[in-house]
Amino acid sequence: MAALVPRSDFTLLSCNPALVYLDSAATAQKPRAVLDAMSDFYESEYANPHRGAYALSARATERYARARAAVARFFGARDEACVIFTRGTTDSINAVAAAWGRANLRPGDEVIVTGAEHHANFVPWQQIAIERGATFTICPLAEDGRADVEALASLASPKTRVIAFNHVSNVLGAINPVAEIVSIARSVGALTVCDGAQGAPHMSVGFDALGADLYAASAHKMLGPMGTGVLIGRREVLESMPPYQTGGDMIAFVGDEHTTWNTLPHKLEAGTPNVAGAVGLAAACDYLTSIGMDAVAAHERALVRLAYERVSAIEGVRVHGPGASERSGVLSFTLGDIHPHDLATLLDERHICIRAGHHCAQPLMRRLGVAATARASFYVYNDENDVELLASALESAKRIFALA
Amino acid sequence: MTERSALYQEVILDHNRRPRNFSVLPNATVEERGINPLCGDELTLYLRMDGDRIADASFQGTGCAISRASASMMTTLVKGKTRAEADAMIEQFRGLATGQTAVDDLPSSLHAFEGVARLPQRVKCAVLAWHTLHAALGIGASGSDPRERGARQ
Repeated sequence: MAALVPRSDFTLLSCNPALVYLDSAATAQKPRAVLDAMSDFYESEYANPHRGAYALSARATERYARARAAVARFFGARDEACVIFTRGTTDSINAVAAAWGRANLRPGDEVIVTGAEHHANFVPWQQIAIERGATFTICPLAEDGRADVEALASLASPKTRVIAFNHVSNVLGAINPVAEIVSIARSVGALTVCDGAQGAPHMSVGFDALGADLYAASAHKMLGPMGTGVLIGRREVLESMPPYQTGGDMIAFVGDEHTTWNTLPHKLEAGTPNVAGAVGLAAACDYLTSIGMDAVAAHERALVRLAYERVSAIEGVRVHGPGASERSGVLSFTLGDIHPHDLATLLDERHICIRAGHHCAQPLMRRLGVAATARASFYVYNDENDVELLASALESAKRIFALA
Repeated sequence: MTERSALYQEVILDHNRRPRNFSVLPNATVEERGINPLCGDELTLYLRMDGDRIADASFQGTGCAISRASASMMTTLVKGKTRAEADAMIEQFRGLATGQTAVDDLPSSLHAFEGVARLPQRVKCAVLAWHTLHAALGIGASGSDPRERGARQ
């Protein structure tokens, strides 16, 4: 199984032929198309958008708008104005928790998250619940790490104002049943916030059909630049949400005593925007679209199936999460009593990059009953050989630690 | 295919497999807990002080091979040392693990940890036991490297 895209599209990978990069769930490598689009903006169309009464500024504004249109298309959101550029998933979710939460949560209300959330979709809700005197409830997980929808259905009540959940678990690769969660939330009138950081890079999102009220994602996990992300929402939700930050660009009129807000998307984008970031994300979206998200998903599924087979065949390995056919391109595991950090360091000596630790998901680690796991994750530039090198490096680690 | 690791030399693997002084110390006069929040390494260090001298030392805890082997070797090496001798050793080990100072005086077995200096994220694992010893001896927080700060909580 070859890589889905030429390794030569990625300068870092082609300059380091021995590198086996299996940490795309942390951040993805960048294709030249993304870097070129960003430097082209800086070199040929750079000015502050939405400002100047001169042609260059108008071109920068136009470039920013085109980026938004491309991103909206990629995420399947017809209403472009409902695609808000942020600093990333963490920023997007904090914006909702702070702005929406402060305006809507009352003492006695309830916020539900699942036990498999990344800290970015856990801590903001926990904290806003504390601040507003709301109840913070953690929905239990099914055996495979997905939200236990039956438990969720019995937890949800008219007091439930928000249900926040991941599209795909960053630790387990388990894909949540979004439609079922949304339907439970709707039956009690709760807002749904979907953390798509591990969803958007790997599968077609189809925001309008997905049903979630709000969807957050990070550019850097989907071949785009760091420091850029999106918050996509249904118009009525974003319209009713007060601004998260105030300042330039987001205002209509600033009086001495009162200020009125600009329209969407500007109301939720205070300050000079990160246009180069948006341009880079748009280029990443175009790159992924040219491959086809179905092909991306199928490639990862094939790699993760092979990895599951090879890695779980090693005696002493425990793979966490769902079976091979029900997961996105993420494999979390432990090997005997070798600490995952030792495993990652040993693999690094063979130029294999994996992540080890709690993966910013300590509540999930407690539920799995482990302190840490090792995690290999796959993307468009990985191939079968990467999986074989991973498996043989794990065998070698076992011998070094004399477990064999 | 090579089965050797630059970092995980035999002495580290051996102390990880069979940690020395890995027990609760009866009659301990000092007990100090150290945590590396990044990795989740945690250990409890037990000392029996005889005046100014460390009469005995042991540890318990969970963590990676680096932190465990480091604690194992440290408890072996500091037995019988005075507070000042132990403090000097702590400083030297810090220098070795961070690659900042020459460390000719340290016992050769500790040179196995030189490799962590190239791995900033693993330095904390190697120095955890030593930081804990530093706290246990009640030596003032002098000369702490900002990179290591927070390794002990």
